[in-house]
Amino acid sequence: MNTLKYPLAYLSLVLVGLDTAHADYKLNLVKGVTGISHDIFSLHMLILWICVFIGIAVFGVMFYSIYHHRKSKGHVAAQFHESTKVEILWTIIPTLILVGMAIPATKTMLELDDVSAADMSIKVTGWQWKWEYEYLDNGVHFFSTLDEASNRARQLNSGIDPRSVPNYLLNVDNPLVIPTKKKIRFLFTSADVLHSWWVPDLGWKKDTVPGFINEAWTYVDEPGTYRGQCTELCGRDHGFMPIVVIALEQDEYDQWVAEQRAEAVQASEQAEQTWSVEDLIAEGEKVYSQNCATCHMADGSGIAGNFPAISNSAVVNGEIDAQIDLVYNGKGMMPAFGAMLSATDFAAVITYTRNALGNSVGDSVQPSTIKALSKDADNG
Amino acid sequence: MSSVVTSHDDHDEHHDHGPQKGFLRWIITTNHKDIGTLYLLFALTMFFVGGAMALVIRAELFEPGLQFVEPQFFNSMTTMHALIMVFGAVMPAFVGLANWQIPLMIGAPDMALPRMNNMSFWLLVAGALLLASTLFMEGGAPASGWTLYPPLVLQTGAALPFAIFSVHLLGVSSIMGAINVIATIMNMRAPGMTLMKMPLFVWTWLITAFLLIAIMPVFAGAVTMLLTDRFFGTSFFDAAGGGDPVLYQHIFWFFGHPEVYVMILPTFGVASTIIPVFARKPLFGYSSMVYATASIAFLSFIVWAHHMFTVGMPVGGELYFMYATMLIAIPTGVKVFNWTATMWKGAMTFETPMLFAVAFVVLFTLGGFTGLMMAIAPADFQYHDTYFIVAHFHYTLVPGSVFILMAAAYFWLPKWTGNMYDERLGKLHFWLSAFSVNVLFFPQHFLGLAGMPRRIPDYAVQFADWNMVSSIGAFVFGLSQLLFLYNVVKTIRGGTGEKVSDEVWEDAAKHGLEWTLPSPPPYHSFTTPPEKIPTEHL
Repeated sequence: MNTLKYPLAYLSLVLVGLDTAHADYKLNLVKGVTGISHDIFSLHMLILWICVFIGIAVFGVMFYSIYHHRKSKGHVAAQFHESTKVEILWTIIPTLILVGMAIPATKTMLELDDVSAADMSIKVTGWQWKWEYEYLDNGVHFFSTLDEASNRARQLNSGIDPRSVPNYLLNVDNPLVIPTKKKIRFLFTSADVLHSWWVPDLGWKKDTVPGFINEAWTYVDEPGTYRGQCTELCGRDHGFMPIVVIALEQDEYDQWVAEQRAEAVQASEQAEQTWSVEDLIAEGEKVYSQNCATCHMADGSGIAGNFPAISNSAVVNGEIDAQIDLVYNGKGMMPAFGAMLSATDFAAVITYTRNALGNSVGDSVQPSTIKALSKDADNG
Repeated sequence: MSSVVTSHDDHDEHHDHGPQKGFLRWIITTNHKDIGTLYLLFALTMFFVGGAMALVIRAELFEPGLQFVEPQFFNSMTTMHALIMVFGAVMPAFVGLANWQIPLMIGAPDMALPRMNNMSFWLLVAGALLLASTLFMEGGAPASGWTLYPPLVLQTGAALPFAIFSVHLLGVSSIMGAINVIATIMNMRAPGMTLMKMPLFVWTWLITAFLLIAIMPVFAGAVTMLLTDRFFGTSFFDAAGGGDPVLYQHIFWFFGHPEVYVMILPTFGVASTIIPVFARKPLFGYSSMVYATASIAFLSFIVWAHHMFTVGMPVGGELYFMYATMLIAIPTGVKVFNWTATMWKGAMTFETPMLFAVAFVVLFTLGGFTGLMMAIAPADFQYHDTYFIVAHFHYTLVPGSVFILMAAAYFWLPKWTGNMYDERLGKLHFWLSAFSVNVLFFPQHFLGLAGMPRRIPDYAVQFADWNMVSSIGAFVFGLSQLLFLYNVVKTIRGGTGEKVSDEVWEDAAKHGLEWTLPSPPPYHSFTTPPEKIPTEHL
């Protein structure tokens, strides 16, 4: 395939004066790191070569004809206009080629579909615009959003060169960590609109559909970091919800799980403490920029017609319980942040919005209050 | 007796009457040529509007980072670009060609239902204006992609009901156009022109018209369900109320897949008309062309879920839709082989229409190859919703449908106006377009395979180089079309000054009835049926 595509690539590159010698251009599909992704890669190459071969044959005949059968060369037009033999032939041969393609494709399809006998399960929920991961076997649970550095650089006219950001738009705050050499079953669903979870190195993507659960599986041999993105248009920040999968050896993975559990305990304890208003506001600013700024804007001005302003908002400047209720349970396009944020982050961002972004209500809420709220919800 | 002679003279005068004078002619006209012209000019305008939107997209994607537009507006641009190009440019352009050419090709005086013809055009204008007006509404134009998938589309602002009503209007307009085409072809063919003697352009449009009548109500139904979900508390597509968002996708693509063939079948018809004229040979395999077109149309109804391989279907469904989709390669292959065989041992010349037609065969086939690759369901788990798809359908639609529309314009403009277009300018337009369209779309294959999703306003830096190449191609391609505009306007206003013959192209009258009429043809085309049907294509 490279022999066919390279001339065109060079041609275009020479045109814009780029230096091909030093650039590492990826022209072909990634081979990936799983058995399935290798099977898919071979399927891809098989069909590609068949197409290249047919293309050379058909276009070869056509260009031979274009070159030789010209009026300007004095060629006199033949007047034939059908041949049953030829027509049957060029119906049957493609049919046989298609059957040849369908056999390996069917095999891979059946393999891809077989989620049985998995060693562990991870539930993936798509949100506008982040991913939620729940490890169904050990209770680890977290959200994964675009990393801070990419998020700053990707703002309109941010003035930050994306090339200076490592893994620009393909990096997250909390990557999905999986063990190698384990069959992992993924369960996909969505909290709002359609998304699609794609890591090219794993060989597939799967849509997340609100109210429905899809399944897929993977088995990674080698430790490594594999990056991907949401591939189903899901609104404003569709381009900004990447996926990072880190595959670790079993012992390192177990260590990671232990750390995650310890952190969860710590966060829970943190929520019991009494926080100063200053600390809450400082923490809240970070939470706001990561979770709220994309719709309500960094300065709280919102986007007219789509997302209401935070500055001078009646909700933010009104009863604190009403604001907590709205943010906790969501409304319309506003997601239910109660499920997404820790009690501490939740209390911090509520306090922040009431005392910054042009608002100065002056009150605050403690993480413990929010924590009690979630207990009520669990009991209720 | 003298009174009888007088009345006969009056009758002759009646036949000679031309179009209404002045501006009103274009509003109230029921003439197939006037309406055809209106359709074509409307489509050309929309081609530039949709093209400008594409350039906004490519300008933003020229470099990583966001330089020009907000992501939400970017999404509106991809959505509106697609809707305008599909429903405003390509479909109306083919209806315009149908209006001009079908009566000329079957030896009829006009379309069968001239008043409905007028209405269908003006409904199209109303629908398109309504759609365009959503750009200025609170919350912006629809930004959920042209497929309008729920639940995302239900987050649209004030524009949603207007966009839905616009789809209804465009659908009604298309259905009326289709009814008119069927009524004309079924009832107004010249004596002796049996179905299997019709030119292929007429055949492909007849089949397309049936597709349109079958699918437009389906689309209208789908968007109406969106409307009631949003405003009347139903939950067709909301799982919380017992509905299913994926149901919408099934309905949409039951419309959507035949819809893409609505844009390509008439293309096949034009290619089959142009290539024989410049090869100076009869079309190879006329009847197999007809059967292939019908097979493709039939298959288009039973392959829709190949747009949804990753949505989570039972494996049996995946396999069925994979096999059915692969079958399309067979009749499509037959067509490409037939065109090649038509050129084989011909005496070819390469005027602008032929250049565009040959480029169509080559580049459309490239788009067909990637289509075959995506039919393979497991491989589509990688390709789906990436730039590989964007490259695929743009190859079938731009150097596919759009190139053939260009070819058709150069091919028939001299007949329609009586003036010759500027051949040097036409060739320049062709070479610039053919080169830049590949610079524009070929690198998108690489981008998709390397992992760039579609419909994103910004991308990781490893995609930067090919995006830049693609954007440069886009601007060269876009600007080259101004040459086309200039050439068309110049031709209408007198062209090169050379008056063309009835045949325009050497021995064209052997290939079609339109070349037996004067250039330009009389206002009422064939007032008496032609005596001899050209059978060169049989």
